[in-house]
Amino acid sequence: MNCRSEALEVSVEGRQVDEAMLALLHTILLHRSTGKFHYKKEGTYSIGTVGTQDIDCDFIDFSFVRVSSDELDRAIRKAVGEFKDAMGNGMDGMGQISLEFYQKKKSRWPFSDECIPWEVWSIKVNVVNLANEQERQICREKVGEKLGEKVINIVEVINRHEYLPKMPTQSEVDNVFDTSLKDVQPYLYKITFQITDTLGTSVSTTMRRLIKDTLAL
Amino acid sequence: MDSDLSPQDKKDLDKFIKFFALKTVQVIVQARLGEKVCTRSLSSPTGSDWFNLAIKDIPEVTHEAKKALSGQLPGIGRSMCVEISLKTSEGDSMELETWCLEMNEKCDKDIKVSYTVYNRLSLLLKSLLAITRVTPAYKLSRKQGHDYVILYRIYFGEVQLTGLGEGFQTVRVGVVGTPIGTITLSCAYRTNLAFMSTRQFERTAPIMGIIIDHFVERPFGNMGHMRPCNYRAPGEDEGAYNGVEDSQEVCTTSFSTSPPSQVRMSPLSNVDLCNMCNFRGGVHGEMGIPGKEGGIPQQVPVQPCHGAQAEHGRVSSSKHPTLSRSIEVKGVSPCDVLETTFTRKVGAFVNKPGTQVTTASLDLPFAAFAPRAYDLEENDPMVQPPESPATSSPLQGSLHSQGSGESGGPAQDDFVMVDFKPAFSKDDLLPMDLGTFYREFQNPPQLASLTIDVSSQSMAEDLDSLPEKLAVYEKNIDEFDAFVDTLQ
Repeated sequence: MNCRSEALEVSVEGRQVDEAMLALLHTILLHRSTGKFHYKKEGTYSIGTVGTQDIDCDFIDFSFVRVSSDELDRAIRKAVGEFKDAMGNGMDGMGQISLEFYQKKKSRWPFSDECIPWEVWSIKVNVVNLANEQERQICREKVGEKLGEKVINIVEVINRHEYLPKMPTQSEVDNVFDTSLKDVQPYLYKITFQITDTLGTSVSTTMRRLIKDTLAL
Repeated sequence: MDSDLSPQDKKDLDKFIKFFALKTVQVIVQARLGEKVCTRSLSSPTGSDWFNLAIKDIPEVTHEAKKALSGQLPGIGRSMCVEISLKTSEGDSMELETWCLEMNEKCDKDIKVSYTVYNRLSLLLKSLLAITRVTPAYKLSRKQGHDYVILYRIYFGEVQLTGLGEGFQTVRVGVVGTPIGTITLSCAYRTNLAFMSTRQFERTAPIMGIIIDHFVERPFGNMGHMRPCNYRAPGEDEGAYNGVEDSQEVCTTSFSTSPPSQVRMSPLSNVDLCNMCNFRGGVHGEMGIPGKEGGIPQQVPVQPCHGAQAEHGRVSSSKHPTLSRSIEVKGVSPCDVLETTFTRKVGAFVNKPGTQVTTASLDLPFAAFAPRAYDLEENDPMVQPPESPATSSPLQGSLHSQGSGESGGPAQDDFVMVDFKPAFSKDDLLPMDLGTFYREFQNPPQLASLTIDVSSQSMAEDLDSLPEKLAVYEKNIDEFDAFVDTLQ
């Protein structure tokens, strides 16, 4: 199975990073979360109800909808906070945050379970510094419009109805869904990020170059 | 087309499409209410939340949607449309967007109705939730209130987009293939928000630009009228709406992990969908009513006749709730305005007697405050402050008002001195009552240090005393230094 990969790119001001990332990640997770499964006898199951909540951004002229789950929101905010800290405060820079949905494949001992991604969303972020309040105001509106376009992109991809993991049996539900939350059940996901310095090189590419150079000697 | 579909699947599919259409309308209208929507996630299914999404039902909206559908379902050539438009406080309106639920002939015969179609419809509703916050009408709807309101209209049949003006954009929310056709949900939204009012006010700044064509006769006048995206409290509608034909409908929340041949439905107990309406009662998103404060004030602070027209223009762009009500009285003829008695209340500490005037005698804005021939400037309290309490008589001013039936010119001779009785004071218990306190402290004596008495001191004496003062300050220098340290 090939992993489906989608890339989004946004340019924001430093203080807009949090909200822009939350808006996009929550929009994706809204579509990739279901209600809690309740398995019954005879191989049937029922699904709980997913509530939604409108969120207004403070630094961007934009509102988005997220799943009504404080636990999920906390987890996403934590990841976004770490990403923002890694990006540095108020400095120009580039980074990329990735939301990866995966399935677990059980392996025999001593091998650990394999995580097989089936959908990866990569959001490239360019952080810009603005000189005055007028530019910031324009940025508020522009970023809001851009995020709207990104939401439309996300919806378009999701509604292609491409591969989704099969609905699991009760014994395998933890291989497909994150059942740790008490109110909703997103597909298993992980959030990773990568920071690029102002020279346009990432830490990983720098290391790769160093190793290559060393081996070439 | 339907030959491969089992009767049960056909029945389920019709039910899914019907409730999907109803939920679509709810999501769209609720997104235009002007307030943030928030629903709770429930870990256990209730049996009444269609598509596993907590979307509350506004009874009026459901009623309108069912009325538009008239027992039919969206199908090929029969689209369900929700039209969102804006109506200003002056009565001008403009279509903002049209949401279309359509079906085309492309069928997916292999798709599982009870599972895949249902889940994809759920996904499509989530997409609709996301997209409704992204189109330009969302921001407009969040700012609605005194200047304009948002209206919705549901119609069934052919999609008409001519009211959206030139250059409208279309966004596709999503598609779901079914054995009888492919359901598509899309939105066409206006990009040109310019309009012009044919009722031009000279001093009015246009709210949004110049109208071009919004007074065109509506092509669907017989297909329903615009409704405000307005929610009434549950108590008002519970008895009115009768959903008898749906009272026995249940929503599918049970699935099977077995292979397709063994798929079974486990129907839940019958649930009355009308009971789903437990919308929070605190929603005051009454979009159709300009001005959120209730009631027209009994005494409108009337502006003079010739200024009224200008005032309308200003009011329409103002957000002051009280002033916005003057829109309601714009139908009043000038002569009615002339007959209104304008009662001027005299401030508590004003020495001048109150003056009762009618609007007939006012031909300038705030004319009541203009200087008059009989008012001598030296008697005007605004020019000559009253003397200090020790030498002056108690305040002669009082709160003075008369009934609205009286009218006439200057009424100084009719002025009646009334003891000042401040609100909430008991004047019989304290030695110094509140009124006396007010009078005494209204005109405090001047500070002695600010009094300049030329005869008692001269510049030379000031200079002579300076060295002594400096010596004292030097003596206490440590104290001053310690004080400065505490400030740091």
